[in-house]
Amino acid sequence: MDSAARKLDAPPPVAAADEAPTSAAAPNFVPPKSAPYWKGYVQRWLALHWRDLRAIAIGALSLALFLLAWHLLTTYRVSFHVRFVNVPSPEMVLESLTRALHSSTFMSHVLLSCRRIFIGFTIAAVVAVPLGLVMGRFRPVREFVFPVAEVLRPIPAIAWVPMSIMLWPTNEESIVFITFLGSFFPILLNTLHGMTMVDPVLVRAAQCLGAREASIFREVYFPATLPYVFTGLTVGMGVAWVSLIAAEMISGQFGIGYFTWEAYSLVQYADIALGMICIGVLGLGSSAVIRGVGRVIMPWGKT
Amino acid sequence: MTAAAAVSKGRVTVTNFSLSYDTLEGPVEAVSDAAICVNPGEFVSIIGPSGCGKSTLLNAVAGFLKPTRGEVAVDGEPVAGPSADRGMVFQQYSLFPWKTVRENVEFGLKMKGIDRSKRETSARTLLGLAGLLSFENQYPDSLSGGMKQRVGIIRALATGPKVLLLDEPFGALDAQTRVIMQQILTNMWQRLKTSVLFVTHDIDEAIFLSDRVYCMTARPGTIKAEVAIPLERPRQQSMMMSSEFLALRRGLMSLIREESLKAMGGEVNDTALQGLGIDLHGQTLADVI
Repeated sequence: MDSAARKLDAPPPVAAADEAPTSAAAPNFVPPKSAPYWKGYVQRWLALHWRDLRAIAIGALSLALFLLAWHLLTTYRVSFHVRFVNVPSPEMVLESLTRALHSSTFMSHVLLSCRRIFIGFTIAAVVAVPLGLVMGRFRPVREFVFPVAEVLRPIPAIAWVPMSIMLWPTNEESIVFITFLGSFFPILLNTLHGMTMVDPVLVRAAQCLGAREASIFREVYFPATLPYVFTGLTVGMGVAWVSLIAAEMISGQFGIGYFTWEAYSLVQYADIALGMICIGVLGLGSSAVIRGVGRVIMPWGKT
Repeated sequence: MTAAAAVSKGRVTVTNFSLSYDTLEGPVEAVSDAAICVNPGEFVSIIGPSGCGKSTLLNAVAGFLKPTRGEVAVDGEPVAGPSADRGMVFQQYSLFPWKTVRENVEFGLKMKGIDRSKRETSARTLLGLAGLLSFENQYPDSLSGGMKQRVGIIRALATGPKVLLLDEPFGALDAQTRVIMQQILTNMWQRLKTSVLFVTHDIDEAIFLSDRVYCMTARPGTIKAEVAIPLERPRQQSMMMSSEFLALRRGLMSLIREESLKAMGGEVNDTALQGLGIDLHGQTLADVI
């Protein structure tokens, strides 16, 4: 059996040997060997991605220069109308950060803020997206809800703080409510805008293929509006953080906004900068999460 | 495909069809007293100048517009609204960008409640027929115009409609792609034997594809002429140079030209086009310019 297989296998090498001179005579047709091919692949990758690489390099440079400027301004206590005398240096903030990471209170401030964002933002999304879809689909609903929304929308969330404290029995609920309000309107308006941008030809195409109202809503209006919903969610998340920090600074006892304000009261200047940077990173991270989810849900998108 | 069954149905009858829009100045008639019919398995085109109401007529057959007067019926049943009985292909492709090519083709079957594996089989068969099987998992954005429209056509055919309605489907394609698409459409139609109502402003396209051509007048649109196309099938691209084809073309061209001039407004006529009889007020034309 084994030897038979070897016998059957034997002829091909001979055939290959027969062909070898022809391929040597025409070197152009020799398939590229694996190592140079790999090299070419890397070269092509670099050629296609050099812009991205450049962007990363310039971005890193820009951040490094920012840190350097901060370092110089604070270590030499520069004062030209704007006073850097009491501003903590990057080294101090780093020290403050290592201390904070080992203390449970700082982490609980961060986690509590994240929890407030999560609850407020989730409720806002769960209410605003369906409301926007229904308002977009049924004119009378839009005509009924829109005036109220338009009157309430320009009121900044921070102006709601006193009212919110009166409305809700606990401090925690009033802060979550402020967060909810901040993200609610961007999500609602973007969803509504998305509904008005749905191509009517697609709706007609669906009707011609036998789709009824519920299917058209599910298969056409909803996916067509999704990109706008995600724009609303990203904007809403940004405003949610703005509102949360304001509310925490005014009425909180916990949370990263409270931490930042408390640091000022307790003359712990390094913690002010730490709180600010932490807010920035959390805001950036939550937006990135939304964009990532959007990319997974909408694989047809170009970005 | 139930090809045999499809031949026995798909008769479109439009009688005394009028459609007018209400404006502040009163109703404006878009189509007036039009009557057309498509026999089962027949390929019929409507040509006419832009704005003559040929798309309006097609949209009424699709069920998107209600006639002000007259009746639209398919197999004797009055059209009450859009349905999968009348598949439609739009000039703007109108594929769902969030669905892959195969999901687009499957859409009508999904609406019919056909289960996933059967849908997949039919969609793949049709995609194979259109030469698009290798693109089944791509999103429409990555396809060329000709590919998109092939998907649009087989998506409309997937549910086995009684009649296929096409609204200037190749209008956005370049001339070469257009010719190939016409050939593909003819091939599919000959296999499936669905009735086709085809709207275009391209005379060559109408002659090449159709059994019969209706020629519409400018606004308010009415049927000006009905021309049978006796060219034998299968038709080849080379037939477009035959004297028979050219004679038909000349005839339809003169019908359309008259209407196109009318549609452009009273100022443009043969005299104006040839630059005759213009009062130069004593100057030479060069001076005026």
